[in-house]
Amino acid sequence: MNGLGSFQTEIRVHPLASWEENWTTELGIWYPGERVVFRGQDMFKDLSTLPWMGLLLYGITGKVPNSQQIRLFDGIWALAASFPDPRLWNNRIGALAGTARSSTTLGVSAGIAVSEAIIYGYQPLMAAMESLLAISNRLQQDSTNLKDILQEKLAAKHASSTKPASGKNRCVAQLPGYGRPIAARDERIEPLMKLAAELGFDKGPMLTLAFSIEQTLADMGQTLQMNVVGLMAGLSADQGLSPREHYEYGVLCFSAGILHCAVDAAKHPAAAFFPLRCARIHYTGPALRQWQSKNTQLIG
Amino acid sequence: MKPQQEVEEELQPIMEPITTDIWHEIADDNDPFVAKACICAGFNVFEDILGKASWIEYLYLLFQQQQPTPYEIKLLNDLAVAIANAGPRDHSIQAAMSAAAGGSTLASCLMAALAVGAGQLNGGQEIFHAVTMWQRCGNDVVLWRHTLTEKTYLNFQLEINGHEYGTWPKLTQPPGFALHGLHCAAPTLQTLEHLANLTDTPTGSTLRWLLLNRQTLEQASQLPLSMTGVVAATFTQLKLDPQQSELLYLLLRLPGAAAHALEQHRLCWRDYPFHPQGIKLEEYQ
Repeated sequence: MNGLGSFQTEIRVHPLASWEENWTTELGIWYPGERVVFRGQDMFKDLSTLPWMGLLLYGITGKVPNSQQIRLFDGIWALAASFPDPRLWNNRIGALAGTARSSTTLGVSAGIAVSEAIIYGYQPLMAAMESLLAISNRLQQDSTNLKDILQEKLAAKHASSTKPASGKNRCVAQLPGYGRPIAARDERIEPLMKLAAELGFDKGPMLTLAFSIEQTLADMGQTLQMNVVGLMAGLSADQGLSPREHYEYGVLCFSAGILHCAVDAAKHPAAAFFPLRCARIHYTGPALRQWQSKNTQLIG
Repeated sequence: MKPQQEVEEELQPIMEPITTDIWHEIADDNDPFVAKACICAGFNVFEDILGKASWIEYLYLLFQQQQPTPYEIKLLNDLAVAIANAGPRDHSIQAAMSAAAGGSTLASCLMAALAVGAGQLNGGQEIFHAVTMWQRCGNDVVLWRHTLTEKTYLNFQLEINGHEYGTWPKLTQPPGFALHGLHCAAPTLQTLEHLANLTDTPTGSTLRWLLLNRQTLEQASQLPLSMTGVVAATFTQLKLDPQQSELLYLLLRLPGAAAHALEQHRLCWRDYPFHPQGIKLEEYQ
């Protein structure tokens, strides 16, 4: 090794050199003033009849969805994701932006980022499908039954040591898609199942498994009910989406709720959104003490 | 029928508190929504800290709720200088500049820098994993070699959580090492040498140990040490946990993003690369 510790001396061409000014992709391109190509299709000719949700799904999966699928995925967003309640943690970012007179775009985009949460939103969204597919695979490969698999998950040493709700090692629950903060029953299941039934998507194998898990948990005396994320995992898996694609589909799903909360707060008087008086701070830190100057010399 | 007082109490909204070890306020005598005194971890901010503490000391207090030692002040201050600006080629700073080139809101420039600088490659998540690795391996070269050669750092999440659910992309390189590096970059080495040799560096310092064992770790990982590796060693020396380290790293890298965004905002979009011939469209399969 030389003074700088070189150890990949045999490399003659830098691994990044071939990428300089050379972004190769099949995703698409804009020809200024002419046309746009999106996954091999002309956006203004071949894809012009697709609604926004259709384009989104086409971009994610590379397949043009049929009208039933577009209605399903659009309906999930409409019924399950964008509640107009500014108390919800991600919506609150929009409302706070509005009340603090920030811009609506900043509030909404930060709210979307915030939706990648542990107790709700994108992390359990993706995990629920991973969990569902893993359970399905085990049922197909092993002689284990569903009750044993669930028992194993709930009895794992991590089930008690790791918690979604609080602590240093917060993480997604061992059985994502089941259980819910604040309310046990998920009011979104019924309207979404009504939509799924109308479209003929209510009897798919993964959705059936998702309900079997809920029933088995109930038979085991567990209070964990399926939440909408568990239902969405079943519906999406039956349409052939992977967990990563399911997550990508979900990334913007809360945007309308956050937007409306931001706009509503901006219409209210400034700073009127749940103002907090000083007495609302419950201080649990050290008692009053004196700062000891450390005679620091930061330079030299 | 309920007594009037009970009915009135039921109608009162629940005033849920915000619980914190960090901040206390004493309300102004005439305005309950304005503080007349602010206490940070036991210190009166405007009567005591202001004028005595440097910004770095106050930053440390906020994260650790205690005053740093002179050595810790110097260590954090000098690290903050080293990582304040990664330069306009850095992904997170490119994000801030790309936002600024189009004339975006200044806040969005910093949000862009945070988002891009948050990941597994030179980002906040890499620091999280690198500090986790320090917590596991400490100054034990055998453990480090095993962790790097067997890539057991990929199993940390499974070991801690019992599952691997997560939306972050998988690690592409051992945390703290440069994915495409051919050798340890001069700024990385200069920073490591400087921080490892500060006055009052304690015996068993992670930085001094890293300086001595860098090449062994590089051989094990087959990659050179990166600045993130130096940052992780420094945060471990400062007794910051992985989450504190991730956030402090995100924060300390923002000054460069802000400065470059301001400059680019003024220069306009024509003075920033658009890569007009850069895209090669492949046939869609």
